[in-house]
Amino acid sequence: MTRMPSDKAPTTITQGSRAEGGIGESTLRPDGTLKVTGEFAYSSDMWHEDMLWGQILRSTVAHAEIVSIDTGEALATPGVHAVMTYDDLPTEVRHYGLEIRDTPVLAHGKVRHHGEPVAIVAADHPETARRAAAKIRVEYRELPLITDEASATAPDAVLVHENRHDHHAGHVPHPNIVHRQPIVRGDAAAAARRADVIVTGDYTFGMQDQAFLGPESGLAVPEEDGGVHLYIATQWLHSDLRQMAPVLGLPEDKVRMTLSGVGGAFGGREDLSMQIHACLLALRTGRPVKIVYNRFESFFGHVHRHPATLHYEHGATRDGKLTHMKCRIVLDGGAYASASPAVVGNAASLSAGPYVIDDVDIEALALYTNNPPCGAMRGFGAVQACFAYEAQMDKLARELGLDPVEFRQLNAMEQGTLMPTGQPVDSPAPVAELLRRVKAMPMPPERQWESSEGADVRQLPGGLSNTTHGEDVVRGVGYAVGIKNVGFSEGFDDYSTARVRMEVVGGEPVATVHTAMAEVGQGGVTVHAQIARTELGVAQVTIRPADTQVGSAGSTSASRQTYVTGGAVKNACELVRERVLEIGRRKFGSYHPAWATAELRLEGGKVVTDGGEVLADLVDVLEGEAVEVEQEWRHRPTEPFDLRTGQGNGHVQYSFAAHRAVVEVDTALGLVKVIELACAQDVGKALNPLSVLGQIQGGTVQGLGMAVMEEIVVDPATAKVNNPSFTDYLIPTILDTPTIPVDVLELADDHAPYGLRGVGEAPTLSSTPAVLAAIRDATGLELNRTPVRPEHLTGTV
Amino acid sequence: MDFLRPASWQEALAAKAEHPAAVPIAGGTDVMVEINFDHRRPEHLLDLTRIADLYEWEVGERSVRLGASVPYTKIMENLRAELPGLALASHTVASPQIRNRGGVGGNLGTASPAGDAHPALLAAGAEVEVESVRGSRRIPIDAFFTGVKRNALAADELIKWVHIEKADGPQQFSKVGTRNAMVIAVCAFGLALHPATRTVRTGIGSAAPTPVRAGAAEEFLNAALDEGGFWDNGRIVPPSVVKQFAQLCSGACNPIDDVRGTAAYRRHAVGVMARRTLTWTWESYRGARRLTEGAA
Repeated sequence: MTRMPSDKAPTTITQGSRAEGGIGESTLRPDGTLKVTGEFAYSSDMWHEDMLWGQILRSTVAHAEIVSIDTGEALATPGVHAVMTYDDLPTEVRHYGLEIRDTPVLAHGKVRHHGEPVAIVAADHPETARRAAAKIRVEYRELPLITDEASATAPDAVLVHENRHDHHAGHVPHPNIVHRQPIVRGDAAAAARRADVIVTGDYTFGMQDQAFLGPESGLAVPEEDGGVHLYIATQWLHSDLRQMAPVLGLPEDKVRMTLSGVGGAFGGREDLSMQIHACLLALRTGRPVKIVYNRFESFFGHVHRHPATLHYEHGATRDGKLTHMKCRIVLDGGAYASASPAVVGNAASLSAGPYVIDDVDIEALALYTNNPPCGAMRGFGAVQACFAYEAQMDKLARELGLDPVEFRQLNAMEQGTLMPTGQPVDSPAPVAELLRRVKAMPMPPERQWESSEGADVRQLPGGLSNTTHGEDVVRGVGYAVGIKNVGFSEGFDDYSTARVRMEVVGGEPVATVHTAMAEVGQGGVTVHAQIARTELGVAQVTIRPADTQVGSAGSTSASRQTYVTGGAVKNACELVRERVLEIGRRKFGSYHPAWATAELRLEGGKVVTDGGEVLADLVDVLEGEAVEVEQEWRHRPTEPFDLRTGQGNGHVQYSFAAHRAVVEVDTALGLVKVIELACAQDVGKALNPLSVLGQIQGGTVQGLGMAVMEEIVVDPATAKVNNPSFTDYLIPTILDTPTIPVDVLELADDHAPYGLRGVGEAPTLSSTPAVLAAIRDATGLELNRTPVRPEHLTGTV
Repeated sequence: MDFLRPASWQEALAAKAEHPAAVPIAGGTDVMVEINFDHRRPEHLLDLTRIADLYEWEVGERSVRLGASVPYTKIMENLRAELPGLALASHTVASPQIRNRGGVGGNLGTASPAGDAHPALLAAGAEVEVESVRGSRRIPIDAFFTGVKRNALAADELIKWVHIEKADGPQQFSKVGTRNAMVIAVCAFGLALHPATRTVRTGIGSAAPTPVRAGAAEEFLNAALDEGGFWDNGRIVPPSVVKQFAQLCSGACNPIDDVRGTAAYRRHAVGVMARRTLTWTWESYRGARRLTEGAA
């Protein structure tokens, strides 16, 4: 009984029929109207007849031995079809992980964090599954908690993971450290002696959540060949597949995966959530199994952004030139490794920011603790560092009596600057120019709340909560700029695959693009169609649903998809074009000499010479023929960072954004209204300007959230999460969202397809420190932690 | 879980008498969250949405009789003049969708210290009319909140009306949250001037186990206003009086540290809101007086 889900199957998206719509145009998203009108089928909307509902039982304590698990009562519940624990797993492979397979599919012997999956249940109704799961008796014997660096590295510290064999185990100073990356270049100690001023700072960065709106969900359908088909919202189908198949005891070709509607990701879907659990239950029961987390469970169902403590020392000469930088960045990775090693690499290699600093001494590390696991989130290690080094830049400027923007510009990197890793920045790096642009934008008018009818509270801190009519409201302005890498780094084989087909359908030439790229909202489906139109000169482009019937596209993360899968689509289109022209030459070459001599293009459904002369209709060339190419594509390779010195050409590309924040602070109540967040960003080439704008605005707002409200609060005494809900984990509403004027630069990177530069993450970096700088400007407070709470602004912590 | 759907108020009272543990549901904006998150699993839900009376209000001579299920949106749209404090508070409730469903009856039934309506009701002066098959009674708002999420209702009683005194002077409501909309109160403050009785009433939310009035602060201020003849002369209230009033309001708090805010911040913020709302209402009172005098 193998069928597509009978309802809400993924839809094949066909772009509109306009002849234009190539790269550089703001073509509209094919899924846009559906999403706005509520008709888009998200993964949580899937349904299959005869399906069961899966439910996960999660640990109620953060660190404990499991003394016993009694599933008897749950199994006896009418309507329950299966209950599984670690002992029921089908093969000897019982762990998974992005890089280090340290995460048990179901807890084995002990639990390492609050909310860890312990058992799974399948029942014929979600409520039955939930009640049955609640009947599973788990007896815990609590263990000492590891919650920070001191407890993790104490001489008698309990090991979060015993007997580590991963490839970082050999070089870390303590088994409770996942990975450590030093970077040493020049002689920071000697350079410090040249400094006229030295500033130090200790900074704290809270735990941010991706807070995507579509909770984790998927539908696993058992197949006749003993395999399983998983319809799933994820960021990288093939990475899921690679981790799932061994645990399920199936070869990869028996685990088929189709992307279903993804309601946001931001890194939180890089790791597996319910994928294996749904498949296990489907294979065990022989019935389709659907799992949907509710909001509460979602906060336990995915990794968060690493909270961090950062110590920085910068020096500068009296004339404003940076002499050196020393820093130590401690990231809390939580109970499982997830993406921690790569986050460490990013935090270390990007810790100096977009500045020229020849002498650096850098250390970044991630801890294993019993806190919630942390991993990928938009900005990935660069965000935490940017918050700290930008605070340092303001401190230095103040010490030197220099304007904070001019001071940054004096030290701004440019094309040719060497990174702390020794890697030259070999494409445009318009850092000083971006700062100039945000500074040059007109300032929003003062006291916008004043009107003839009294104070308009919507324009004031507190908004409609009506806390001030202008009393104690002080304006502040702050600037920040950041640097983010694009693509997977440190020698990772970061390829993508595209299959492009061209044929005549209904008397028209049509291109079909098939990739495994996860559309998580970034707009890849729009851009792929634009690329195909540009390269193949067709109006009609069909984007096939993403699945594992085509090779890997890599992850929708690291600002990489337009670069890498866009690059793969472009490359496949070029190969298709060559084949089409070959067919044309074979069929029509004898009719016109230009077939042999001229540069030929496909344009407007025709083969034309570079002089614009039409040689043939594509319909005629492709009559009775279809051309199809599937090809992997790679950007230029990167190298690992040296484990001792951190040297190496580790990154593919860098991207830069600068912000100017204007805030108004109610200094008596400690409430903040961000009035404006102006952004300037270099995107190399805007393939879809509207999407670029959306990315910059979205990243900016996510950074704003981190500055003034977003934080998962973990009780240090219990390592339990205190606010797993949208009631108490606050994300910005439209009333918290300022105007966001955006200035987009397009300075081509000659190494990248169309010269483009990854867009999605850079604005998330500089937004937070710009807001913090503006609040410092308004209040005169030091503010070394983010997010800032009213308590921090009113001395009532 | 049984879903009881009485067609009339009498049927509802009978059902509640028969099933005293039944949980009344109208807008469902509190109850459904608790059920969805499995925090509560009542044997019976008592659906009040078919009782038309509960969605009606009547503006009387001295007070407004507000049906328990009148949604906040209606209060904002229709009762701003009569109940300015409650209208301001209604505006801070959650999102437009929630304001279209939720009402004051549910807020009182839940009796959360963070309920947005409570400070406004305390400041305005109100009575909650509850009824059972045994009869009906009016509970003064000051006696209504008996503990954290506990109220003075007997098990067989339902809230029918809330009688709220019509504003006889300026009223204000302020609420602190850590974002500019859709937020549960970290703390809240309501203040109403009652020129007719020459009194000031207050209400504090989210800063004690129950919503409370700042009794000592009211007494101090009433005496100070009286002594200085401020109700008559309309002069600016001296900063020292405002400051003392604000401090006493802070002192009326008995807050806790929780994930939404610290106790110290709540005490501080209530003081700031007390100072500002007194200033705003008094300015408004003085302005109205000048206008009246000008007309005379």
